[in-house]
Amino acid sequence: MGYQNRVAVVGAGLTRFMRRAQETGKELCFEAARMALDAAGLRPRDVEAVVMATAPDVFDGVHMKGEYLADGAGGFRKPYMRSFVGGGSGVFAAIHGWYHVASGHFDTVLVVAEEKMSSCLPHPQAAFNGIYDQFLERPLGVNLLWIFALEMNRYMQVHKIPQETIALVSAKNKKNGLDHPCAQDGIPGDYTVEEIVGSEVMVWPVTRLMVSPVTDAAAAMVMVSERVAKRITDKPVWVKGVGWHLDSSYWTNRDLYYPKYVEYAARMAYDMAGITDPRREIDVVEAYDPFAYKELHHMEGLLLCDKGEAPRLLDKGVTQRNGELPVCPSGGLLGVGNPIAAAGLMKVAEIFWQLRGEAGARQVSRPVRTGLAQAWGDLMQVGTVVVLGV
Amino acid sequence: MSVHIHDYPGVPLKDRDIGDGRVLTTEWHVKAQYAWDTGAALSKFFRGLKEGKIYGRWCPGCDRVMVPPRMFCEWCFRPTVRWVEVGDTGRVNTFSVSYVNWDASRSAVPRVPAVVELDGASPGMGIMHLLGGVGDTLEEILGRVKVGMPVQAVWKPPAERQGAITDILYFAPRPGGEE
Ligand SMILES: [Zn+2]
Repeated sequence: MGYQNRVAVVGAGLTRFMRRAQETGKELCFEAARMALDAAGLRPRDVEAVVMATAPDVFDGVHMKGEYLADGAGGFRKPYMRSFVGGGSGVFAAIHGWYHVASGHFDTVLVVAEEKMSSCLPHPQAAFNGIYDQFLERPLGVNLLWIFALEMNRYMQVHKIPQETIALVSAKNKKNGLDHPCAQDGIPGDYTVEEIVGSEVMVWPVTRLMVSPVTDAAAAMVMVSERVAKRITDKPVWVKGVGWHLDSSYWTNRDLYYPKYVEYAARMAYDMAGITDPRREIDVVEAYDPFAYKELHHMEGLLLCDKGEAPRLLDKGVTQRNGELPVCPSGGLLGVGNPIAAAGLMKVAEIFWQLRGEAGARQVSRPVRTGLAQAWGDLMQVGTVVVLGV
Repeated sequence: MSVHIHDYPGVPLKDRDIGDGRVLTTEWHVKAQYAWDTGAALSKFFRGLKEGKIYGRWCPGCDRVMVPPRMFCEWCFRPTVRWVEVGDTGRVNTFSVSYVNWDASRSAVPRVPAVVELDGASPGMGIMHLLGGVGDTLEEILGRVKVGMPVQAVWKPPAERQGAITDILYFAPRPGGEE
């Protein structure tokens, strides 16, 4: 793949993750964007283009909320673009940021991701049901959780994975989240497997502590060309690879036990990064974890282990923060919160901070040179992957 | 810069902040209605359900009998060419047990969503529906339902059918279908 510019990440910003924020979506965007610019030592007028990620308009109840949020994201009188692939949007926005700079069109791009889910009453889950087929599925009284529970059970059945092993993902991520300064109240914690499996059954095999919460928050990141990076920082973090891929929306016609679209997205990013053996070459991973099983599912799709092998790595402690392959050292969506698009960009920001050695209490034990952030969404059909390196 | 930041922005609200009027809110109620035409493929499919039949659609490119039916094959990206009646029997591909209603409220009696692979459709061609007659508690349901279990559609009485997916009430374990 040919492109004009190498692209570096030079700053990131994050608001607190909250069940219900006093700030409006615009205000959340502004706070995160300003923090990212401050971190990069840049002024708003240095920004040449803005990329915005935000999930369904129905959450905010504002149609075309990309435009609504533009002012808060610094998009005033600038080339501005909204990225939207459902849950995959946060990482997709970083990919769009990369394109803007790699193409040679822009030297400095601000990427902002926002979600304000609390506006939707009584619960944003009802608004989510519109993702299901209106002829075949909605008349059955569907609920967003069904598709995940069906996928989780399929994954458990094919590989003979006990619910208890999957619960270890929640235990790990919720514990990691205790060290995250932005974690949502009541979301991180020290939980036993028994507590997680024994928590309220939502849609079996998914229990309350195996699903991420509803969250308001924003995240932001500054991406620049090599020319600008060399001028403003001694510690650029380079975008080594990007990849994305979409599967069919006929989800009942796919075998849900394995996310092939994540594999294709990963292969695209690895090819670009020159990575031939991801298991050796990737040092730290932020896999998308809106549900406990998804982290394992995604590790397999990312080719970080064989199919069905992720639970064993988890069980052996390999994916702990002090393990050989730390996964979700931030705490992830299960441990910090899940403001859909902002959660994806938070993962990219976490890899940025890990590679700079600036993750504080969340810093992984092993030395890290290459990290990966991944998100997933739409109708369980899109994979988005960014590989960063120093 | 995470390590250099000590004060992250954002003010979390509690329910009482709104209840006590410390924070003001504005409400808006949307009432949107839609009517969707069922299109070429699903019109035939739904007319079939009214007659107690399930139709799939065959693609000569990949030799798949597809359910739900479509007029084009997304793999081969060419028109499908023939209707094929498939069985109202099949096997459970995966299932779950739902205590949550469509609007996130709790339900006392769980429902059992499943992906059912119909006999006569190509392998892996499932549809989402509900299982019934498998118990009322999690223990009962997990004791009775297994992935791979043979099931059969339980239909609404012909006079009550509307040409909708709900013309099938649910799929029930197929008597004598154990293997
Ligand atoms: Zn075909």
